[in-house]
Amino acid sequence: MAKKRLRDGDILSTGEKVIHVFMHVLLIILSVCCLYPFLVILGSSFQSQEEIMRSGYRMLPAEFTLNAYRMLFADPVRLIDAYKVTIITTLIGTICGLAFVSSCGYVMSRKDYAYRKILSFYVFFTMLFNGGLVPTYILISRWLELKDNIFALILPGVCSAWNILLMKGFFMGVPTELIESAKLDGLGEFSAFVRIVMPISKPAFATVGLLLLLNYWNEWYFSMLYIESPEKVKLQYLLMSIMKNIEYLNSPEALEAGIVSNGQSMPTLSARMAMCIAVAGPILVVFPFFQKYFVKGMTVGAVKG
Amino acid sequence: MAQISKKNVSYIEENRLIGSKKIKWKTFKKNFPLTAMALPSVIFLFIFSYIPLYGLILPFKNYSYELGFFKSPWAGLENFRFLFDNEAVTIATRNTILYNLVFIVLGTIVAVVIALMLFEMSSRFVKGYQTLLFLPYFISWVVAAYAARVFLDIDYGLLNKLLSAFGKEPIAWYNAPRYWPAILIIAEIWKGMGYNGVIYYAALMGTDKSLFEAAKIDGAGKFKQIWYISIPSIMPMIIIMTILKVGKIFYGDFGLFYNFTLNSSLLYSTTDIIDTYVYRALITLGDIGMSSAAGFYQAVLGFILVVVTNLIVRKISPDNALF
Repeated sequence: MAKKRLRDGDILSTGEKVIHVFMHVLLIILSVCCLYPFLVILGSSFQSQEEIMRSGYRMLPAEFTLNAYRMLFADPVRLIDAYKVTIITTLIGTICGLAFVSSCGYVMSRKDYAYRKILSFYVFFTMLFNGGLVPTYILISRWLELKDNIFALILPGVCSAWNILLMKGFFMGVPTELIESAKLDGLGEFSAFVRIVMPISKPAFATVGLLLLLNYWNEWYFSMLYIESPEKVKLQYLLMSIMKNIEYLNSPEALEAGIVSNGQSMPTLSARMAMCIAVAGPILVVFPFFQKYFVKGMTVGAVKG
Repeated sequence: MAQISKKNVSYIEENRLIGSKKIKWKTFKKNFPLTAMALPSVIFLFIFSYIPLYGLILPFKNYSYELGFFKSPWAGLENFRFLFDNEAVTIATRNTILYNLVFIVLGTIVAVVIALMLFEMSSRFVKGYQTLLFLPYFISWVVAAYAARVFLDIDYGLLNKLLSAFGKEPIAWYNAPRYWPAILIIAEIWKGMGYNGVIYYAALMGTDKSLFEAAKIDGAGKFKQIWYISIPSIMPMIIIMTILKVGKIFYGDFGLFYNFTLNSSLLYSTTDIIDTYVYRALITLGDIGMSSAAGFYQAVLGFILVVVTNLIVRKISPDNALF
């Protein structure tokens, strides 16, 4: 942050002031573009069906109603199942991922490790070449027999080369003397890593942890490919499929089948938005806790190795 | 005499061999704790990244689920013939490459501009902007697709409300392929700019601060500082990211193209990419041959492109080459 001090102390010339104002304006516009869609989703989740039909989606509803959320939680079994699957897979995946990825990145960052070159190549190669959808699909569903098993939602995402390289980039900055002295104190490699290196690497763990968390929370593709039982799908996939169901509820077929009684209009349009909030809300709440580490943890310095 | 010396040589040779074996064993033992720490990742990568490489042989086979991979008969180039005879594949390939080119160029420019602007701000502003710019990165394409729906919905969408407020005819966005290149490009940039911006911002933070001070003393203005110090200092990062993205140029972001378009077949002419095509071929048609041929073609062409790009970078500036 030394740079900031340097700049704050400066007296800006008029030209620089103009540039600064211009940059703020640009950044504010971009920030609004990022925020606005979420505000509209949030706002319209409180709109009534009639209001959306009349005047479209709104950031600020004319009349505020919780009908959409009531409908969502009227029969929450599916939703709770999906939350359960999502939370379990996210927790296991993130914790295992962090443990494996960090230790591998650490080993790669150690200049005295004899097989460093081979290991780096082994990890890096996976970024350049992959077998594609079909062989992976056959591997998971046939060979590992993980079809309709929640481990199919966990295992493929645990180790990614990118996260290993992020970790490695951070560990490259850990002074060698620190590890040497830990070993002189009689610590083995593993305990040196856990007791000395890990505590000073919070930014890296926070960053990669967040990336893993995001990946698992937002993942829907594997549910689509590998899961058959409705109680084992993740939230994001439920969000995808519930939309179709909601559309079905307002269709003439549903009326005929007696699922909804005549004259009853379900708050389907706002229910979509409420569902979006239920799915994306938790992850947006989590972010601030990680943010202060983010820039430091992103030093992808030495991808090469 | 000759015999003895020959014997001697083989004796020494043998000794050396044993010696090197011993050294190898010693190195192995000494490095064992570290190797053990890397092992879980090595195993995971082996299973989920290396084993699927058998898929590169798959398109040359006439795969059947009953026979399995090893017993299925060979098919020669049959699968590839089907693949390339297909007009939909040509369109999908064109779309994939064009979108990715735009994503790489525009995405990098936007990210670098954001990083440079953040670098000029004092840290309390950076935090605020960073939080907001990161928001889209935090949601899935599924949720993002609903955010898009809020704008593009034919009856209730904000854009059509706006159009009708100006007395214009509403547009059926989800039936009109010609608008989709713009929509998808905006979506991709929108979602990734915070994350990519911070990658470059982090790289900028690593720049030697004394360079800026020296430049200032020499009377270099803001733009000169950016051009001669900031940009060169993040150039290695830009090149690395670009090379990696070039290797993925035949792969599209499935989440974006599948969810945003609601998988609408009306839009395929401008929105179908190789990945969505392969997915349909595999899941709805069950055509393993053709979809694995497409996978082969993506992987091999991508790999060749990375190697060539890297070769060019190495010719121009050896320090910046990835390998």
